Amino acid sequence: MPVTHKKITPVPTPAMAGCEDGDVLKIEHLDFTYPDGHVALWDVSLDLCQGEKVALVGPNGAGKSTLMLHLNGIFRGDGIVRVGDLPLDKANLPLIRSMVGLVFQNPDDQLFSPTVFEDVAFGPLHMGLPEDEVRTRVDEALAQVHMSNFRERLSHHLSMGEKKRIAIATVLSMRPQILVLDEPSAGLDPRARRALINLLREMPITMLVSTHDMAMVRELFPRMVVMDEGRIVADGSTAELLEDEALLEAHGLERP
Amino acid sequence: MHDNVFDRYREGGSLLHRLSPIVKVVFTVVFIFSNAILPDGAWLAFGLAWLLLLAGSQISGLGIGFTAKRSFIALPFALAAVTAIFSLPGRTLAEWDFGRWHLVATDAGMLRFVSIMVRSWLSVQGAMLLIATTRFPDLIHAFEHLRMPRLLVTIIAFLYRYMFVLTDEVLRLMRSRQSRAASLPGRKAGGPIIWRARVAGNMVGQLFLRSYERSDRIYNAMLARGYEGQMRTLNRHEMAAQDWLFAALAAAALLSVQLVGRFPLR
Amino acid sequence: MLYVPAPLHIPDGFLSLTISLICWAITALAVTVAVRRTGSLGERQVPLMGIMAAFIFAAQMINFPVAGGTSGHLLGGALAAIVLGPWAGMLVMTAVIAVQGLLFQDGGLLVMGANILNMGLLTAAVGYGLYRIVEERSRKTKLIVAGVAAWLSVMAAALSTSLQLWLSGTARLDIVVPAMLGVHALIGLGEALITVAALAFIFRTRPDLLEQAEGAEGNGRGWAAAGLLIALAVVVLSPLASANPDGLERVAADLGFFDRGVSSPLNFLSGYTLPFLGEGVLSTILAGVVGVLVVAGVVFVAARLFRERTT
Repeated sequence: MPVTHKKITPVPTPAMAGCEDGDVLKIEHLDFTYPDGHVALWDVSLDLCQGEKVALVGPNGAGKSTLMLHLNGIFRGDGIVRVGDLPLDKANLPLIRSMVGLVFQNPDDQLFSPTVFEDVAFGPLHMGLPEDEVRTRVDEALAQVHMSNFRERLSHHLSMGEKKRIAIATVLSMRPQILVLDEPSAGLDPRARRALINLLREMPITMLVSTHDMAMVRELFPRMVVMDEGRIVADGSTAELLEDEALLEAHGLERP
Repeated sequence: MHDNVFDRYREGGSLLHRLSPIVKVVFTVVFIFSNAILPDGAWLAFGLAWLLLLAGSQISGLGIGFTAKRSFIALPFALAAVTAIFSLPGRTLAEWDFGRWHLVATDAGMLRFVSIMVRSWLSVQGAMLLIATTRFPDLIHAFEHLRMPRLLVTIIAFLYRYMFVLTDEVLRLMRSRQSRAASLPGRKAGGPIIWRARVAGNMVGQLFLRSYERSDRIYNAMLARGYEGQMRTLNRHEMAAQDWLFAALAAAALLSVQLVGRFPLR
Repeated sequence: MLYVPAPLHIPDGFLSLTISLICWAITALAVTVAVRRTGSLGERQVPLMGIMAAFIFAAQMINFPVAGGTSGHLLGGALAAIVLGPWAGMLVMTAVIAVQGLLFQDGGLLVMGANILNMGLLTAAVGYGLYRIVEERSRKTKLIVAGVAAWLSVMAAALSTSLQLWLSGTARLDIVVPAMLGVHALIGLGEALITVAALAFIFRTRPDLLEQAEGAEGNGRGWAAAGLLIALAVVVLSPLASANPDGLERVAADLGFFDRGVSSPLNFLSGYTLPFLGEGVLSTILAGVVGVLVVAGVVFVAARLFRERTT
């Protein structure tokens, strides 16, 4: 059913005024159409500042996951994507993949190796790092998610919450500039969700997080981007957007 | 829940657990090889091989009876070997006529049959001990060092990781089939056999599609972490002094088993 | 119990060293070629084959009650080869059989070459070879042929297992062949039904996937010939083995098998009399052909039933 978009007046945010330390991610006028003709992204523009934590919300099928797959070149639409100073093109692809740490929704898809160590080492190994460096990075990444003693564990023995943390470690070991998470709190019980929120809060890294968990958005993300039908329909401070009941209702969102 | 069903590894810190997986794999294969070339009826040698197994179980801390418990997995196959009793020429023990078959049980045939069963029983326990004291991922690494093709090693690693995930999916599918397989009192449940087969086939098709889509997502997750078509693994292997020592002792033990088997003391 | 050992997994000890090593050699060769061929299919193929191995492993657990407490389930070699192409199918089956042997001791290690040959290579070759012949035909034809191929794949595996047992001096030819093939004629029906139903499901939902696999391999004629050859071997050899075991015994003895035990009386009987010219042989071959036709008929009816219910 077609939703008629209201004319949206962007809420001014610190981000839009330009970043102090320069932007980590810049997307300009990105369009993407699936081979079957379905338009998934339409004129998407987005800037992320150094150290910013941004939530990406919107109904299923809004294009959130498609957008995320563009951030490290798994999908290639029309438009400009820049990570740091690098435009995303074929030559920069390997480097950009290590700069953007993309964590998929289902940790069973993200953790594809028999052991935790092998999975966390996968990224650094494929970056071509020497063995000692790989081991250092694995230890460092596991320490960051407080899972150091899980190094030798088998992936299928982990709980959902543990899998989600290890999944984050699998990209942290590449020392990315941005962490891009797809539905990190989905499928977690309250305790595991709380632990995950605390973990995300303490990590200083720039973050773009797609989620339906509006309580987490309010608690953790000062800035919120709303997507629907392949477009960005709002981008601004979470506190203000959550007050805009018309906006929330139009895009199937609920105030926590 | 299927941790216990699928994971044959038993946690432990014994000498056998700590031994290089490569040494263990090679020893197991040579042990089975040694059983295969022992002549029929080399009872003393079979007994020695069994003692080796018992010693292994004891060292591993799993207890002497550990491998014996599940060692009869090959028993159904004995049905095929039973015919060995009637296939060798020798002193006749008994004769039957059974339809068009004229069956003559001979002493040589009997000897062959029992020897086959013993060989099989010993070999299966050797493999069990290997799997109980070695984590499967370490086995996979051992294969890599033993020059198994990289692609096959990778497929086996994926299989090991995802058999748990997909088995869970199968269980869910089967449960939902079960919960809908209602029947009215007095009527047979389940429908005709073709229909039942079709339900099973649909489940297989369903599982195939889900697996196919999952492989797409996994591929994306690999791409996102720098995969470009070459699987790289970190898998250092060093033989410690105890590995060499074990290998030497094991070789000596198997050699004496062979000597005893071939030159019986009289 | 979750994991049900299939009756074709030969344990260690049941095959002679010679036969084990010959089978390993054939398997190693085929796997090497398969690795070369699939390695060039693209990087996407690696996770796909890995997950498909897990799929076959898990799909083997899906059973359906047949009668009297027995249940039908899948071996999967034909299905894997049809949906993935023959080489990828072989690799996937190799991984499955290797893990079953290693992790569950379902099938031995020294005899693993034989198990892979029987359940992974032969099944994939028959399954894909016959299917390939009708690739351009209608969906109905494809389903029917897939069913026959699936049945034949199980029969080929059973026959080859029996022959290996016999050549190893473990089993008597005229008993093991009819016994194994008799049992597997039924098991193969389950295989055929599930394979056809699964393929029909994929045809309905994602026909594009099957077209991809079909287009993936170049040498169709070779596979078709291999498939037909194996099918022919099943049809001709099975009745021969039960009706005229002496002929086969003699051939095997001439070829130098029976290294222990059986040797003496048979080795003297060499010489090149044509061993297959027994009286009843032609009629038993005919019986085999009739058997195949009957199975084809059953599968044909089943395939039609599937289609009617799905449309």
